[in-house]
Amino acid sequence: MNVKMKTLLAATAVALSATAAQAQYTGNVVKIGVLNDQSSLYADLGGQGSVLAAKMAIEDFKAKEKGLNVEVIFADHQNKPDVATQIANKWIDAEGVDVIVDVPNSGVALAVNEVVRQKNKVFINSGAATSDLTGAKCSPNTVHWTYDTWMLANGTGKAIVKTGGDTWFFITADYAFGHALERDTSNVVKANGGKVLGDVKVPLNTQDFSSFLLQAQSSKAKIIGLANAGGDTINSIKQAAEFGIVKGGQNLAGLLVFLTDVHGIGLDKAQGLILTSTFYWDLNDQTRAWSKRFAAANGNKQPTMVQAGVYAGVLHYLKAVAALKSDADGAKVVDEMKKLPTDDPLFGKGTVRVDGRTIHNAYLFEVKKPSESKGPYDYYKLRATIPAAEAFRPLNEGGCSLVK
Amino acid sequence: MNERAYERNAFIVMFVVFAALPFVIYPNFGMQLLCFALFACAFNLLIGFGGLLSFGHAMFFGMGSYVGAYAASAWGWPIEAAILLGAATSLLLGVVSGFIAIRRQGIYFAMITLALAQMVYFFCVRAPFTGGENGIQGVKRSHLLGIVDLDNPLAMYYFVFAIFLASFGLIHRIIHSPFGQVLKSIRENEPRAISLGYRAERYKLAAFVMSATLAGLAGATKAMVAENASLTDVYWTMSGEVVLMTLLGGMGTVFGPVVGAVVIISMQSSSSSACSLSAAGSWARSRHGCGAGSRHDLSTST
Amino acid sequence: MNTQALFGQLLIGLINGSFYALLSLGLAVIFGLLNIINFAHGALYMLGAFVAYFLLEKLGLGYWWALAISPIVVGALGVVIERLMLSRLYKLDHLYGLLLTFGLALMIEGGFQHQFGSAGLPYSIPESLQGVQNLGFMYLPNYRAWVIVASIVICLATWFLIERTKLGAYLRAATENPTLVQAFGVNVPRMITLTYGLGVGLAALAGVFAAPIYQVSPQMGSSLIIVVFAVVVIGGMGSIMGSILTGFGLGIIEGLTKYFYPEASNTVIFVIMAIVLMIRPQGLFGQR
Repeated sequence: MNVKMKTLLAATAVALSATAAQAQYTGNVVKIGVLNDQSSLYADLGGQGSVLAAKMAIEDFKAKEKGLNVEVIFADHQNKPDVATQIANKWIDAEGVDVIVDVPNSGVALAVNEVVRQKNKVFINSGAATSDLTGAKCSPNTVHWTYDTWMLANGTGKAIVKTGGDTWFFITADYAFGHALERDTSNVVKANGGKVLGDVKVPLNTQDFSSFLLQAQSSKAKIIGLANAGGDTINSIKQAAEFGIVKGGQNLAGLLVFLTDVHGIGLDKAQGLILTSTFYWDLNDQTRAWSKRFAAANGNKQPTMVQAGVYAGVLHYLKAVAALKSDADGAKVVDEMKKLPTDDPLFGKGTVRVDGRTIHNAYLFEVKKPSESKGPYDYYKLRATIPAAEAFRPLNEGGCSLVK
Repeated sequence: MNERAYERNAFIVMFVVFAALPFVIYPNFGMQLLCFALFACAFNLLIGFGGLLSFGHAMFFGMGSYVGAYAASAWGWPIEAAILLGAATSLLLGVVSGFIAIRRQGIYFAMITLALAQMVYFFCVRAPFTGGENGIQGVKRSHLLGIVDLDNPLAMYYFVFAIFLASFGLIHRIIHSPFGQVLKSIRENEPRAISLGYRAERYKLAAFVMSATLAGLAGATKAMVAENASLTDVYWTMSGEVVLMTLLGGMGTVFGPVVGAVVIISMQSSSSSACSLSAAGSWARSRHGCGAGSRHDLSTST
Repeated sequence: MNTQALFGQLLIGLINGSFYALLSLGLAVIFGLLNIINFAHGALYMLGAFVAYFLLEKLGLGYWWALAISPIVVGALGVVIERLMLSRLYKLDHLYGLLLTFGLALMIEGGFQHQFGSAGLPYSIPESLQGVQNLGFMYLPNYRAWVIVASIVICLATWFLIERTKLGAYLRAATENPTLVQAFGVNVPRMITLTYGLGVGLAALAGVFAAPIYQVSPQMGSSLIIVVFAVVVIGGMGSIMGSILTGFGLGIIEGLTKYFYPEASNTVIFVIMAIVLMIRPQGLFGQR
């Protein structure tokens, strides 16, 4: 290749990268960035559905009538913290994004948390589990909606122990999220008079759980706690069915299970699974009405609690921005969000606490038997309601510096 | 000489393009391009000029990234020191793994490097200092030499650019030195080189360690740019990506890896990685499938 | 230490080992006879599972049909790949074949990921193989028992085909000295193409075996492929019996690791690979 070719190639490469990363300046716009996993593990529970949820929130808030110009953009963080921080930085610096929402994957969420704090914008997380977002890493710019590891542990763990499941064995995904979930649940079990008979830590990207399920089986624990998520949970449950675990008298407790997971596993294998969620499409008339609209625009797929959280979070954000008549100072907007009570058809009434944690009801569900289900996504029956005041970690236990 | 003139012109083009880049595109993105271009150049040193395909280069990139990030965030080291520590760690790792791997050739060498990289990955998943799945967050950039504020994107960009240029210059010197010539001769015909009295193992090990150190430098710099370090830096797909970048640009060429890195990183940022890698893969296939064996070699003229 | 639990783990290790053996067999066939390092093996395994899924979804053809059809379909694809792309690389260094197939793997997996996302697609265990046997020390699902038995049979059959039949002798001769064998009137390029197709078909078969118990997802191959490579390298890259034995053996070792030190179970195979490569680079059973 001669010099001309090389130059041409280099110039093309730069042009490609330039079009990929061109800065666009906008003013007078409230810009919402939906940052999540669009292509892999978490694409179904968030993905494009979250973008739809954000758009519905803007519609329902009647932004245009109120004179607010609101836009939504989205990007795929590919579950990589560095890609996410790249996008977050670019969005805030060069594209005028004022609030970033969703962000599943705890590691990625923590990374974005730092970026948003530095640049004084707003971060409404609806997808990640780590309770550190309102604990050790809390930030005046961050609001954590929907769920976290403490709530899951307390909801599912306590409820199961109270109904007789007092011996546990954990199958734990061997990374921070799995450890946190196991630790929180283990504490709850012991505090309520139960015993933890053992645990096994499973490395990431394990497809075959048979060996670990066998260990769980031989422990003879009444409850096998699955401290994992996504594909790991689906695999554990499917293979547990294969090995006749539930038939043998033990029960599985999915500590983090989404509607889409149950859909993927199928009711014949998932029946009897106990889980905690803060939203279910078939819970009451309001959720049903909203979900009908959502599903119509989402390929007939019912919403998950993550997508519901995006809707509610964006709605509340817009209320705050409208009240302040400004979106410039992130911390001020979040303060306003904490002053205003939350109220939406999906989560009902609640508040945003000083540590950024949104407080709303949580629900204990059991997965229906195939004979009890009337159609796709009709998967849960309600076992108990956990009132908002008890559902989340007490304010003074998190180690958040904003709590005086 | 035509070769020299070509090189000089290409260098000038590259210099001008990168120098002007932060005014055309978002500076943070430009810095990422430079870091990966450096990583690809370091990898190319080993395969293009040393003839050794390593499938584990992510371990150097990743460890450089983690150590640099940790030094800057947990120990509060100034940025220059943190980056140097990252590069030094990769140097050590390169020496250790080089000793183990160099004794084998071809596919076996590649497999050993893959195995070693997997073990480093396992170490990074378990070791508390890496933060496991969460990675190391909130790495702060200090003032350069106490004077220049590197939170200013332009200043940081030119700092990264300087690192890139220095390393690029170093690689250039290595290739065109007597050491580089011997390395090329070993790649072309190892038994012959040995019969001429050269200790081939030593040269290959030296090239391996140099490549590892520069990859670590790229990783540490990237950690400062992105302000975090994570498991993706050390996973085997990162090794695959750098192979792809170098392949795409042209193995054994001086500027090829730079072009390859720019293309791949740009595509990654504008579409999902799966798409971009697949498209890049197909382009690489067509180039090598048809033009295999016609490696553009700067050594052929001398 | 509970001996009952231990036996259970060993049995499970054997099941995993049968997947490793089947997959590494395909790889070993391709490398041993063709000198190509087929990095696309994982993607082709994934394709095998997907074909089974489509056969069920779109055509209503169940598991037993899939066992027969999927390897043929994917094998045919392998033949196309070999004709169009790989055949140009035979004269060159191993590494080009590796890089080409690596690129292919990325393309195939990337394309499927784009189309299907990453969540797994459901595929059930066939009726006739459902249920468990109570072995006393554990419950063994019938399907898994089937997988062990079927894999052993196929592995031995393939080994027999290659090492003990006339066709196999032609194949081996054709790769050792193509010109001479061609001079005898044997159609060498066709033999080579068929061999690649055979190796690919084995991968697809493994995919169909895997579909009911693992997730049918675009990622299923990439998590497995480097482990399978390690198996082949340890067993000896040219030796077919070597990969079979090593596949089962390593499955058992991995199973034991899952019992004693589960966190390391993903890495133990690589440690063994590094050690073997240092001491005996041609592998435990390899010859070159």
